[in-house]
Amino acid sequence: MTSDADMPELRAQRPVSLANPTRFFRVANRLLPWLGAATAVLFAVGLYLSLIASPPDYQQSETVRIAYVHVPAAWMALFVYVLMAVASAVGLIWRHQLALMAARAAAPAGLVFTALCLATGSLWGAPMWGTWWEWDARMTSVLVLLFFYLGYVALIDAFDDPARGQLSASILCLVGAVNVPIVKFSVDWFHTLHQGATVFRLDGPTMHASMLAPMLVMAAAFTLLFFVVLLWRMRGLRARARIAAAAATAAAEGA
Amino acid sequence: MAAEGFDAWLAMGGYAAYVWPAYGLALVALVGLLLWSILGTRALERRAAKLRRTREEEQ
Repeated sequence: MTSDADMPELRAQRPVSLANPTRFFRVANRLLPWLGAATAVLFAVGLYLSLIASPPDYQQSETVRIAYVHVPAAWMALFVYVLMAVASAVGLIWRHQLALMAARAAAPAGLVFTALCLATGSLWGAPMWGTWWEWDARMTSVLVLLFFYLGYVALIDAFDDPARGQLSASILCLVGAVNVPIVKFSVDWFHTLHQGATVFRLDGPTMHASMLAPMLVMAAAFTLLFFVVLLWRMRGLRARARIAAAAATAAAEGA
Repeated sequence: MAAEGFDAWLAMGGYAAYVWPAYGLALVALVGLLLWSILGTRALERRAAKLRRTREEEQ
């Protein structure tokens, strides 16, 4: 008879949680259709509120509608990076493959959100500030964030040994976490061109409900879309690992 | 009236050249990200399944 005490590696996987890959993917696959449907509904409502139901701004006229994609993209750029940094730390400290997989699957999504944030910001800045780009503290720090995402994505596949690529990219991700509070507070520390926070403020949002609603619904839609993408990409990474394992076995048998 | 309302909406108060490209980019970026993730994963899963089948046949 064997007990858990004889097999510590079994006991480590014992806690009934989503940390077990098999259980994680079973739950993820059951969740995906519902997440997808909720994402579609939120985008439909969010686009209606953003483009039709909400009023033009008294200063920025119809360009304020750009905010309903720009601000959620910016929030996601930061949220995804924080998630990647936490997952990388957990993965490195406890050697948890699923956490490293989550960080890796999240990176392309974070990269897309950050690029979208910069592009829509440019489209908003051109008519309102009279410039497509300015080396303002907020914009510069978001550009640095984009480079950390690019570095992670490039580094993780840059080594013949996948473990080395994963380690290098995870360390880069943790170093880049320093930049996250700089992005968030850049508008308070440096009063340059970019406007200050209007939603996540200590004294509460300073936006009218008719504009806050489309922003929050779109942010929820972006968030759910991110989790749909994350789960699909994690499944893709699991398939990649299986392909690599099969190739390694075939090579070992051939030798 | 309805057509005028629609034209006015499309004109976005004279900022159509900034508002619509922002939404267009968002659409392309997000739909592209989603399709790339789903189709890429499906292709990898098909390859993994094929490898497993050939292994099982060999044994």
